[in-house]
Amino acid sequence: MNIHEYQAKQIFAQYGVPTPRGIIANSVDEAVNAAKELGGDIWVVKAQIHAGGRGLGGGVKLAKSLDEVKRYADEILGMTLVTHQTGPEGKLVQKVYIEEGADIKDELYLGVVLDRAKEMPVIMASTEGGMDIETVAEESPEKIVKVAVDPAIGFQGFHGRALVFGLGITDKLEQRKMIDFASKLYNVYMDKDAEMIEINPLIKTGSGEFIALDGKMGFDDSALFRHPDIEEMRDLSEEDPDEREASQYGLSYIALDGEIGCMVNGAGLAMGTMDTINYMGGTPANFLDVGGSANAETVAKGFEIILKNPKVKAIFVNIFGGIVRCDRIANGILEATKQVDVHVPVIVRLDGTNAPEAAEILKNANIKNVIPATDLADGAQKAVAAAKGEL
Amino acid sequence: MSILVNKDTKVIVQGFTGGEGTFHAQQCLDYGTRIVGGVTPNKGGQEHLGKPVFNTVAEAVDATGATVSMVFVPPAFVADAVMEAAEAGIELAVIITEGAPVKDMQKAKAHAVKHGMKTIGPNCPGVITADECKIGIMPGMIFKKGNVGLISKSGTLTYEGANQVVKEGYGITTAVGIGGDPIIGLSYKQLLPMFEADPETEAIVMIGEIGGDLEIQAAKLIKEQITKPVVAFIAGQTAPKGKRMGHAGAIISGSAGTAKEKMDALEAAGVRVVVSPADIGKAVAEVLKK
Repeated sequence: MNIHEYQAKQIFAQYGVPTPRGIIANSVDEAVNAAKELGGDIWVVKAQIHAGGRGLGGGVKLAKSLDEVKRYADEILGMTLVTHQTGPEGKLVQKVYIEEGADIKDELYLGVVLDRAKEMPVIMASTEGGMDIETVAEESPEKIVKVAVDPAIGFQGFHGRALVFGLGITDKLEQRKMIDFASKLYNVYMDKDAEMIEINPLIKTGSGEFIALDGKMGFDDSALFRHPDIEEMRDLSEEDPDEREASQYGLSYIALDGEIGCMVNGAGLAMGTMDTINYMGGTPANFLDVGGSANAETVAKGFEIILKNPKVKAIFVNIFGGIVRCDRIANGILEATKQVDVHVPVIVRLDGTNAPEAAEILKNANIKNVIPATDLADGAQKAVAAAKGEL
Repeated sequence: MSILVNKDTKVIVQGFTGGEGTFHAQQCLDYGTRIVGGVTPNKGGQEHLGKPVFNTVAEAVDATGATVSMVFVPPAFVADAVMEAAEAGIELAVIITEGAPVKDMQKAKAHAVKHGMKTIGPNCPGVITADECKIGIMPGMIFKKGNVGLISKSGTLTYEGANQVVKEGYGITTAVGIGGDPIIGLSYKQLLPMFEADPETEAIVMIGEIGGDLEIQAAKLIKEQITKPVVAFIAGQTAPKGKRMGHAGAIISGSAGTAKEKMDALEAAGVRVVVSPADIGKAVAEVLKK
C-alpha cells in the first residue's frame, strides 16, 4: 500500500525527520487559506497523487503571491496528471499540498528499501538528488552510496559514517545532521513496516539544514494488520475499483491491455498463462489469481469483473487444482453463466484434484460458449484462436 | 535417493490442531509421511489425528526425535514459531503460511541461520519426495517417482511442471516449492548443488519469476558447478512494470529482476530456457534423451 507525500511527511515529522511546513487542501479556497496560514511570500503547490515525476507533468508549481497560489491550485486540482509512473491514462488530482518555500542549496537523494540479496534493509543515498534514481543507477552507479543495516544491531555510528563519507560531506556539523536524519528515517522504515521510503530531493538549505522536500512511502501489505494508523491513510480513489472489488472476494486482479481474459489459480501459473497466450500470438486482458479458496461465488465474481472490460473477446480458465478442487470451479462457471451474460467463448482447462468430476459437470450442463481444453498449450491456443474469431 | 526428506524423515506440525494444519497433516499422513506429533500451545497432552500434541517444539523434539517441522501457524505468529523451532534443534522448517510480514521473516531467517536450521518458504507449497514423504499442501498424486528434480517459486507451476514431466513418461525425485516472497529460505543456490549430488536426479527443472535476483545467482552457479541438464521457465514476461502479481516478490521496479534479464542469464549458462510453461515437459524429455 502506498500513501501520499503529505502523509509520508506527517509520519516523518512524528519521528523528527525535518520536513517543510505544509497544509493539505481539497479546494482552491482551502489552498489559499493554507498559504495565508503558513505565511511568508513563497509557496509550493503540489499535486497529491501516488506517482513520481509530478513536477515534469506540471503538477508542482512555485507560487510567489497568493494570487499565484490560487491560480496554480485551480489549474492543478481536477487535472489529469500524466507522469512516467502513471501510465498514459494519468491520474486525477483531488488534493494539493501547500508548502512553504525552501532555500535550496543542494539536492540529494535518500531512500530505504529491502536488499533482497543481503536480506536486510539498505539505505541508499546519492548526491544526484532531483533526478530519477533509476537513471542514476544506470548511468553513474558510483554516485549511489548503499549502506545495509542489520536489524539485529540497528543503525550504528559506522553506518552513518559510511553514508556521510560516501556522500562527500566534510563539514562536521553537517555530518552529524545527516547521520541523525538517516538514523531517524531508518527508524521510520522499521517501526512502520515500510516496503520502501524515498526522499527525492532531500535538500540542504543555505544554512546547512537537511530537509525532506519530498516523501514517498510504500508499506508491506502483510504487516498492515498491526498498523491501523497507516491503514487509515489508504486513499481508495488511488486504487483501481475493479482491483479493489476483486480483492474483497479474495481474488487478485490486475487489468492489462489485451483481449483474452484469464482466470487462473496461483500467481505463478497466472503469469505463466499470460506468457503462454503472448507466446501463441494473443494478448492477455488481465491477471487474475482466484487463490486457494476459490468457490462458485468467487469464480462468478471473477467472470463478472473480467467481462466488465469491453476489450475481452475470449476467456481462458486455467486451473491446476491442488487445494482448489476443480469441481468447485466447474460449478462456479455454471453459476456465472446464470448470473452474468457470458457473451464470449470461455476456454476451460481443469486439471488436478477432481478434474474428471469437473469435466462431467461441464459436459452435462452443456453451456453454449464453453469449450473444454486438454492442457495449458491446447487451452492457450484455443483462446488465441477464439479471440481472433477463428474458433 | 532424493534431497532433504525421505521415508524415514520424522516430522512435527506447528499449528497442528488448526483448520489448515489438521487438513493438510491428514493428507500428508495419507501420503505416507512420518508425522510423529504436533505443537499447539495449551493443547499439550492431547491427541490429534492419532498423534501426540505438545505445548512447545522442544518437548516435541525430545519426545519424538523429529528433525523437520511443517509450519501452519498464522502470519502474525509465524516468525515466533520458526525461531522456536530453530532453538529446539529442528533441522528443517517448511513454512507454508501465506502473508507473513517481511520484517518478521527477515528476523526469523537470520535466527534460523544462526542456529543452523534450514528453512523453506514461507508462502510455498512445501517439499515432496515422490512416493516417500510429502511435507506441504501439494496434490501428492501428480508426483510420480522418477529422475527429475524440481525447484519452483510458484505452487501451481510446480504442479504444472511435475505433471508435464510425468506425462512425458518421466518422474520426480524431489520437488521443492521455495515460495515467492522477498525473504525466503532455501533457494536455487542451495538446492541446485543438492540435486547435482543426488545420484537419482538426472535433470533439474527450475521455475522462477520476475523480481529479485535469485535466478541470476542461480545462472552463475549453474555455469560453475552444475553438470546435469537444467530446464528453466521464468514467469512474468508479460507482467507490467511496477505491478504486484500476487506473489509479494513478483514486483518489477527498475531494470533489475525482469524476466528477460533472467532468461538471458540462464541461457548464457547453458540452461534450456522455455518461453512458455507449456513446453517444460517436452524440454525435459529432450535434454534427457541427449
